[in-house]
Amino acid sequence: MKRRTFLQGTLAASAAGLAVSAGLLTPRMVMAEGGAFDAKTLDDALKAMAVAPTDSADIKIKAPEIAENGAVVPVTVTSGVAGTTEISILVDGNPTPLAAMFILGEGTQPEASTRIKMGKTANVIAIAKAGDKAYTAKQEVKVTIGGCGG
Amino acid sequence: MSSIKLKAAAKGDVVEVKALMTHPMETGQRKDKKTGELVPAHFIQDIIVTAGDKTILTAKWGGSVSKNPYLAFNYAGKAGDKVKLAWTDNKGEKDSAEADVA
Amino acid sequence: MKKVLTAVAVAMSLSFAALSTVQAGPAEDLTAFQDHFKTAFKDVPFADFKDGAYALDPALKAQWEEMESSFPPYEPDIDAGKAIWEKPFKNGKTYADCMGDIKSIRTKYPYYDAEKDTIMTAETALNDCKTAGDGEGFVDKEGKPLLNKGKIAQLMAYIAMENRGGKINVATPEGKALDWYEKGKNYYYAKRGQLNMSCADCHTNNAGKMIRADLLSPAVGHVTHWPTYRSADGEITTLHNRFMGCNTMTRANNAKAQGDEYKALEYFLTYMSNGLEWNGPGSRK
Repeated sequence: MKRRTFLQGTLAASAAGLAVSAGLLTPRMVMAEGGAFDAKTLDDALKAMAVAPTDSADIKIKAPEIAENGAVVPVTVTSGVAGTTEISILVDGNPTPLAAMFILGEGTQPEASTRIKMGKTANVIAIAKAGDKAYTAKQEVKVTIGGCGG
Repeated sequence: MSSIKLKAAAKGDVVEVKALMTHPMETGQRKDKKTGELVPAHFIQDIIVTAGDKTILTAKWGGSVSKNPYLAFNYAGKAGDKVKLAWTDNKGEKDSAEADVA
Repeated sequence: MKKVLTAVAVAMSLSFAALSTVQAGPAEDLTAFQDHFKTAFKDVPFADFKDGAYALDPALKAQWEEMESSFPPYEPDIDAGKAIWEKPFKNGKTYADCMGDIKSIRTKYPYYDAEKDTIMTAETALNDCKTAGDGEGFVDKEGKPLLNKGKIAQLMAYIAMENRGGKINVATPEGKALDWYEKGKNYYYAKRGQLNMSCADCHTNNAGKMIRADLLSPAVGHVTHWPTYRSADGEITTLHNRFMGCNTMTRANNAKAQGDEYKALEYFLTYMSNGLEWNGPGSRK
């Protein structure tokens, strides 16, 4: 798996090595065979990520109610949970729900923005990790398909 | 020419980092319209962003991130910091870009 | 196979947009055309028509503004276009040698070229310039002309950015230019294809309505924001590419990018948007 090779190759002396020693990267999790990114259901993804998150109103998801184009849905996740070290974005309606994981350096704000693909109307799910606890929030994004846009 | 456009601007004590990458981000599930064959998965998997010697963000992506992907986040920093973003995709291809915080 | 309607049928479909029964010239057409949209969308300031469908729907507009304010997807194409503009041709000349000052380009086109008796568009002028300089115009991997996307679209992106804010100001067509204007006007109103639809059916008579999941844009403002990075395409494309797309979607025969039909249509549509701002490059769903 390319990811494993990448990490092993750079662990020696590099930014990734520093991140590992700072406890920001968890080699076992990210190097697991059939990792979280390959999980085909939300439950499997959460298992692979080794998290059992509880709902939190402190996590804000900024995403459109009705996506203009399911191929490019802008999402910003902001975590108000103290000590957030990691933010993940999942889409429960996608064939592989885990879309992105952001591991925050020290001094990095608990917020990340990206643009994701959604195959159909589904929930955008955010997970924030703080220490060994995980929290979650979700927002439904409607995706419509078809028209004259080509 | 880098396939990454990297912007970093200081707003008070916080630096806003924005990046737009040119990459097909193929999931591996899309069928080529002409041949009917599945287009092989080809997407950015790992991103490391550093400011000087410090890692400020590590990102792991799957094929669900949009084509020509976007990334934005903020870190505690200042003008003059040297920000670098490096990515590796599932085929082992790499690219990187640097920007001085404005 | 259905051909373009007879003069009578065209006149009938024209009555949708032009209320005057007097023989109308382009200036009268322009007033009637723009009045139709001003009346249909009373709450939209005329200048906002440059934003197309986004002028009509706040929720869609918010998503578009999010793309524009976070990181416009066409920025890498502007950089690529700048590099193309600045690189000398094989004969040592540059685009600036043919086209003049870059900031003068957008508002010049399209125009009627009396010498060549054709409509000159920005893309055709650039392609002619490149052909003279490199011995070959913009082509695809097989050497066939590629004038609807790719490098020419990237070059147009740079030009559009450098020319943003200029006003559309096409001179009133007269004499031989009028023939091209009429050609474009007829194309716009004529029914075609398996679905027997005209441009007017959607973009004049039903602008602001949904066609399945898409919001129909008004024809006034159609030309302002090209070239456009369309998320659906994942790349930057030109106005003529969109004409081609529409014909494909309505199951009509397609014409060639920078061919007579689309140049005439561009001429007609640009004149119909007189007064609006050039605001390319654009970003759309």
